Amino acid sequence: MKRQISFAEALCEAQAYCLEANPNVYVMGLGVPDPKGIFGSTLGLQERFGEKRVFDIPLSENAITGVALGSAITGMRPILTHQRVDFALVSIEQIVNQAAKWHYMFGGKMQAPIVIRMIVGRGWGQGPQHSQSLHAWFAHIPGLRVIMPTTARDAKGMLIAAVEDNNPVICLEHRWLYGLKDEVPEEDYRVSLEQSRVMQPGTDITLIGVSYMALECLRAAELLKEYRVSAEVIDLRVIRPIDKNTLLNSVQKTGRVLIVDHGHVMAGISAEISAVLTESLFQSLKSPPIRLGLPDYPTPTSPAMSDHYYPESHQIGNRALELCGRKPEMLPVIQNRRLDQPDSSFEGPF
Amino acid sequence: MMIDQTKIFELWRCMLRIRMVEEAIAEHYPEQEMRCPVHLSIGQEAAAVGVCAALQRKDWVFSGHRSHAHYLAKGGDLKCMVAEIYGKSTGCCGGKGGSMHLTDQAAGFIGATPIVGSTVPIAVGAALTSQLREEGRVVVIFLGDGAMEAGVVHESLNFAVLKKLPVLFACENNLYSVYSPLKVRQPPQRSLSQLATGHGIQTMLADGNDVCAVFEASSKACKFLKEGDGPVFLEMPTYRWREHCGPNYDNDIGYRTEEEFESWQLNDPLERLTSYVESKKINSLTKKIRQEIQEAFAFAKSSPFPDGQAASEDVYA
Ligand SMILES: Cc1ncc(C[n+]2csc(CCOP(=O)(O)OP(=O)(O)O)c2C)c(N)n1
Ligand SMILES: [Mg+2]
Repeated sequence: MKRQISFAEALCEAQAYCLEANPNVYVMGLGVPDPKGIFGSTLGLQERFGEKRVFDIPLSENAITGVALGSAITGMRPILTHQRVDFALVSIEQIVNQAAKWHYMFGGKMQAPIVIRMIVGRGWGQGPQHSQSLHAWFAHIPGLRVIMPTTARDAKGMLIAAVEDNNPVICLEHRWLYGLKDEVPEEDYRVSLEQSRVMQPGTDITLIGVSYMALECLRAAELLKEYRVSAEVIDLRVIRPIDKNTLLNSVQKTGRVLIVDHGHVMAGISAEISAVLTESLFQSLKSPPIRLGLPDYPTPTSPAMSDHYYPESHQIGNRALELCGRKPEMLPVIQNRRLDQPDSSFEGPF
Repeated sequence: MMIDQTKIFELWRCMLRIRMVEEAIAEHYPEQEMRCPVHLSIGQEAAAVGVCAALQRKDWVFSGHRSHAHYLAKGGDLKCMVAEIYGKSTGCCGGKGGSMHLTDQAAGFIGATPIVGSTVPIAVGAALTSQLREEGRVVVIFLGDGAMEAGVVHESLNFAVLKKLPVLFACENNLYSVYSPLKVRQPPQRSLSQLATGHGIQTMLADGNDVCAVFEASSKACKFLKEGDGPVFLEMPTYRWREHCGPNYDNDIGYRTEEEFESWQLNDPLERLTSYVESKKINSLTKKIRQEIQEAFAFAKSSPFPDGQAASEDVYA
């Protein structure tokens, strides 16, 4: 059997490779060298590469983002990590005004090869300030690349590609993916920062999933098989630029599409995808593109309210059935499962 | 300043109550019914109690992620706090907030949120209200050693000094930000209060495990604030006993030593006062508090969850 490692281990391996391969790469972030090592994704890096290249930072995300930029435009390749997207918001000015535009506003004279890793929280009462999914914000900014790997294999390949890329890359990592294992090659490899991936081919409907939602789409596709509906599942994995080709090819074929986002529907990335598809395929669509995502209010903390905050496979399946002109037969809700945990081993506090 | 026997007893009672509440949370947490992160204040009770004892009910307090002690010391309702941690509709935020988002406006505990440093300017804004409306209120913002590294805290200090605002920056220096010791975050030989001094703010230092010392310093600070002489920065060295987040001890994972932990445990803010309190009183008080806590947990557990509809309410005023 091929080697299987977790998403967190894959990220760690990618960073180890980059540190090894290029002396200009360095890794920093709150808690990077601590005993938990960013949920396992930076464990052992400081021991291996030393305190000069792998280090903790003061609780100064804004300044440190500027520091990363300053070092990047003068020759280094920093990887900066935040345990939550929400914490990185204090550095939004550096990301949006400075890093994203540095290359452009100086007429292409300089480059800003920075990777900013941010973790998207979910579950166990993470609540309003520890579980936002803001990829659409970053997608709005020209000059940034925005990626959301879903599998361990992509996590390693995309992170290596991100570090080698000469632009600022925002890498958003869903917390619930961290423990999931996948076949991951031991050697280094690159996965495109511009291509979405067809996870499973199908003919009746296209399900486009963002990050963790790609997995919910796979589960939904499995449920749909019983209803003789063949769903093609696409892991979006690249938020900016949108991989129009892969999406258009699929929807051209199926004529139906359900976009399942891990962010708000309102002004979310699903709206952009829907527009792209409609503009090109208006005539050949068999039904309007439908968006599923987070409701139009912040994440509440109590499980009683947050349990139904996120789209689930049976809802995706039901919407898909509807789109295919079938009466929604109410696919079964999975019972006996706490919805604020990916599995029972995940007991918080994170 | 002489602190009389009654006051000492009151300070001790308040610390004991906080300690017992936090221990009850730690004890019940493994039942997995409190489904949100909790940052316990065990070991740091003296700072919360000493500062809040110098306040009046009309004064305002703000805090961050580790706010249980501050909320309780300011007179926040225990039942509403426990219910909030249980995610119930009877919680102080109706279940929307959880442990990291507490409020009890009636008690003057305005709010706590967990983005480190972010409530500091908000507290300064509340002090501006107090000044503009000439309400004579004092505002306290609790912050940690980690927060002192955030730019927004320094911007807030500058503004508070500029406008001579009635705000006390109550800084609990527990030596760590999560698992990161001060030495990887700040240069050695520079204290937090020294850092604040650079802003031209009046600074004080009080042993954060000595509730009387904290109370004295805070009382002095409040007098200063009320006279309109500008903000005060109070540094209080102390120590968190349990893990950064969660109910357990974590000295075994290697970011701090067992010896360091033990030396701070010997310096227990409660133990330090126990000799002043009659043992008969200790027993009866412990029993009374235990009863109160049991009632609060029973209230929280038996309270209903918010219904699904509630989630979409309160987005706009
Ligand atoms: C802006 C921001 N960055 C990082 C975090 C993650 N975080 C939560 S608590 C904490 C430690 C803060 O340390 P300190 O201010 O000393 O408070 P203590 O936990 O010691 O009470 C960190 C880094 C956060 N909540 N907000
Ligand atoms: Mg601290």
